[in-house]
Amino acid sequence: MFDFYFELPLLVRLLLQGTVVILVLFPLAAACSMAERKISAWIQGRPGPNRTKPPLAGFLAPLGLVASIPVLGTLLQKLGIFQLAADGGKFTFKEDPVPGHVNKFYFILAPIASMIPALSTVAFVPFGAYFDAAGELVPVALANVDVGLLAVFALGSLGVYSLILAGWASNSKYPFLGGVRASAQLISYELSMTLSVLPVFLWVNAPGGQGTLSLFDVVQSQSQPGFWGGTWYVMTMPVSAFIFLIALFAETNRQPFDMPESEADLVGGFHTEYGAFKWSLFFVAEYAHMIVGSGIFCLLFLGGWNPLPWVPLATVIDWLGFLPFAAHPLFVGLLSITLFLGKVGFFIFFFMWVRWTLPRFRYDQVMTLGWKKLLPLSIANLIVYALGIAWLQTR
Amino acid sequence: MSDLLFHLFALLSVACALGVVFNKNAVASALCFLLSLVGVAGLFVLLDAFLLAVLLVLVYAGAVVALFLFIIMLLDMQGGDRKRFTKATLLSSTVAAGLLVTGLVSFASHGLVETADPATVKVVGSSLRAYAEQLFTVYLLPVQIVGFLLLIAMLGVIVLSKKFEGLEDVK
Repeated sequence: MFDFYFELPLLVRLLLQGTVVILVLFPLAAACSMAERKISAWIQGRPGPNRTKPPLAGFLAPLGLVASIPVLGTLLQKLGIFQLAADGGKFTFKEDPVPGHVNKFYFILAPIASMIPALSTVAFVPFGAYFDAAGELVPVALANVDVGLLAVFALGSLGVYSLILAGWASNSKYPFLGGVRASAQLISYELSMTLSVLPVFLWVNAPGGQGTLSLFDVVQSQSQPGFWGGTWYVMTMPVSAFIFLIALFAETNRQPFDMPESEADLVGGFHTEYGAFKWSLFFVAEYAHMIVGSGIFCLLFLGGWNPLPWVPLATVIDWLGFLPFAAHPLFVGLLSITLFLGKVGFFIFFFMWVRWTLPRFRYDQVMTLGWKKLLPLSIANLIVYALGIAWLQTR
Repeated sequence: MSDLLFHLFALLSVACALGVVFNKNAVASALCFLLSLVGVAGLFVLLDAFLLAVLLVLVYAGAVVALFLFIIMLLDMQGGDRKRFTKATLLSSTVAAGLLVTGLVSFASHGLVETADPATVKVVGSSLRAYAEQLFTVYLLPVQIVGFLLLIAMLGVIVLSKKFEGLEDVK
């Protein structure tokens, strides 16, 4: 059925795959902004955007029909789905101001640079899996490489440059402070983040193994039979997961760590001088980072595409054996991607839940927390787990 | 294909390295340095040394250049006029350029670097396991020494740059 696809040259296939992933990630990141508005409204006890009709409904009658479908149309309208289209249209077509005092080249470069790491990190994230003809689990990923996690960290760490550049090129005080804060904060929390995942890989790379930093192998080691084989790492390494999650909030500049932006004291932070499409690119990048970061968290600590602890994907496929297409790679792949995206979706919700619940830290509190609390905690965590793993995994 | 990529990455890293030196704007220099590092990382990837490439991007491009930019922005450095050449700088730069040219000429004319048979050279950078084994066996002492040197340099900078007189807690 898909033979024609595999006959295409490798380069064309990779290009197609990359385009498809970006075509999913980009609107998903944009949809997150809508979700943010609805969730914030829900938390604050107000309806949120619920009036927008389908775009151009006044001019083109067929489009207006969507809203007049009895239940669904109203539901979509109440959910604010059409507001998303209206927002997109607004960002694309409104005037794009470039203030006179900015450094023009870098001012325009910054939002473009923000998209590169945001959309390329996803290449190393396996987001699903299927069984091939031999019954082996094969990851669905653009590039399942040995150094997967490091590659994600490396590319993700380049995301800070767009913030620094935006702050610097704006050539005015508040954006500048935002850019300085962004660089300090990202360096501070990167250390804890990297140290917090080391216990996971110490455990995965048991003596005698080939040595791997691949995210797929981490999921595989959480889907083994037996009590300890099926445990998710969030249960055996809760401190690691906790530190990673906090560092993830800081790395993605989400409240309570949104120092580069902090509207209360910096007007709008690094994006004060930005508007229209350039501004929206920063936010798509932020949400893309959130999606990828949540994905990494799910792969490392929450068993990736396994639905429940001790219930790996293979068991679920066995349960669904009564379906004629249960073993079809397409079905397994879609099922695993759905499970994975479900977990990611929960984390996106969690990000927003925290944002609309907790107040923002002060800048000095962010630094104290990062260097004096989180870093020592992650080093202690690493030492304890290194000793424990050395004791448990005998040669 | 890989030849073309090699030329691309080599050109990128050399051109950006020149940009680091000749840019008057410190922020632009730092960004050129960033691009140059990305080019070198690309060269590492072409050599199948994926770990090195990723570490280069993670440590240098991700953290060190961000620190550079942080310092440049914190001190708000403006690129001032360059210092005029003095006799000392003129002499030392002539000697340095002469050494560089001599080295390149002798390397090109004598070519004393033995080209080993590619089949016999062990590839240690491609797999994590082989890389780690080399790091913890053959190169254990050099790595420790380099790490120690870096630590000493860091402590030295702190001692040199910090004024200890006014501080109560240091006593």
